[in-house]
Amino acid sequence: MRRFNLGYYIKEGFRSFAAHGFMTFASIAIMASCLIIMGSFTLVALNLEYNLDALMEDNEFLAYVDESYTDEEGAALQSEIEAIDNVAECQYITREEALENYASGLEDSSLYENVPASALRSRFSVRVTDIEQLEETIEEVREVEGIAKISASVDVANGLVTVRNVSVIIALALVVILVIVSFFIISNSIKLATSAREEEIAIMKMVGATNAFVCWPVVVEGILLGGISAVVAALAEWGIYRLIRSAINVYTHVQLISIIPIRTLAFPMCAIFLGIGLFVGVVGSLITIRKYLKV
Amino acid sequence: MIQFTNVKKIYESNLTEALYDISFVIEDGEFVFLVGPSGSGKSTILKLLTAEERITSGGILVGDFDLARLKQRQVPYLRRTLGVVFQDFRLIENRTVKGNLEFAMRVVGTGKKVIRERIPYVLDLVGLSEKGDCYPSELSGGEQQRVAIARALVNNPKTIIADEPTGNLDPERSYELMCLLEKINQLGTTMLVVTHERDLVNCFNKRVISIDSGRVISDMENGLYDYETI
Repeated sequence: MRRFNLGYYIKEGFRSFAAHGFMTFASIAIMASCLIIMGSFTLVALNLEYNLDALMEDNEFLAYVDESYTDEEGAALQSEIEAIDNVAECQYITREEALENYASGLEDSSLYENVPASALRSRFSVRVTDIEQLEETIEEVREVEGIAKISASVDVANGLVTVRNVSVIIALALVVILVIVSFFIISNSIKLATSAREEEIAIMKMVGATNAFVCWPVVVEGILLGGISAVVAALAEWGIYRLIRSAINVYTHVQLISIIPIRTLAFPMCAIFLGIGLFVGVVGSLITIRKYLKV
Repeated sequence: MIQFTNVKKIYESNLTEALYDISFVIEDGEFVFLVGPSGSGKSTILKLLTAEERITSGGILVGDFDLARLKQRQVPYLRRTLGVVFQDFRLIENRTVKGNLEFAMRVVGTGKKVIRERIPYVLDLVGLSEKGDCYPSELSGGEQQRVAIARALVNNPKTIIADEPTGNLDPERSYELMCLLEKINQLGTTMLVVTHERDLVNCFNKRVISIDSGRVISDMENGLYDYETI
């Protein structure tokens, strides 16, 4: 009896891969298509999240200082506000600066030339780290002695959080559905390829082949199918992504949408494609061949 | 040695009773014809011998293997002691004659050196030395069946089981093929041939076990295919 014959299994796996020409092509095309669709949805979701995160980073609220406080007393509250968890940045704005900012944003600022700065309140511009905890942070800032009022767009912040969470859930659901769909499609393709050699497997079993002997070449074939599909899908995805990125850069004069650079995504994308490709290829092949082993 | 002792087989799927209390012994080196009409239980006997099916009660010994207690993982090793020849040849079409034989030897883990030595010997034995590089589709029916016999023989099994080996051949080729099986038997391989061919059975004057309705109805040395009974 001979030892584990890896060379023979690999040779047989390659032979079978080459022998089932059309089915091999069909399996690779189907698996690569599923991976591309799955990858595209994931990339859209990632970019959506990336842009939403960028929008959320700009989110800030204003904390007005009690009118009875002098500028110096108001400025002294900064350290207290900065000490609050989730406060990323806190900037003190005096009455004069506030008036200046307000007037500069208007077309005819001369209307405000005679308005005294004391008509406004000094304030803090507070930026948060995690927008999901915005409401809690506002309450904590409100508790600070000397803060009279808070002005914040809580509804906008909550809206952004909801959009991000929903988009992530939809993307995840689509990925799961597509993995399951690809699994069945690929399993079916391999089933067709395997039924073509049902006779071969029956002969192998009849002359005394062990199940391992029958399975190993199929595993090799599954690795080849999954691996090649993953490479094809990764290359296609890379090309599509580059095209879309350059199109967006050309047509959007104002940078409203930011696209994640492909370099950042290339490694995880290839690893995930390869992982899914190999898993579906090998497990799909083994599940399909299992029924032929009970001869 | 093959020994059937009070073997009963009921197919659980449709509760069909295929064999009732079958008993016989085939000694090493014997040549035995197993005859009987369709549905008599011949195929069930072959399936039991190759462990495709399991017995319902009784006992079967094939060499050192007790089939009533055989574990699933031992089945490949049982089959390596048997060579099976089918009526429809069952050759792998996209492999040459040599390729088919090499495949059967590879399956049981035989090394390249032994394969190189054994294949020419077996091809010579079945009279196909010149056809080693042909594909099955390039051979006649008789030649294809000879390849199937060579494949059954190549792993040097103790017993060859031939299931209607002449079913697809004309009378002349059938006779030649039976002569080949007799020659292999004379070299020491036990031979169990399932057949419908009355003339052929009566020609060779071997032991004949007749089966009908799942029972052994006769078992005779130098027997004949019994026209009255079957």
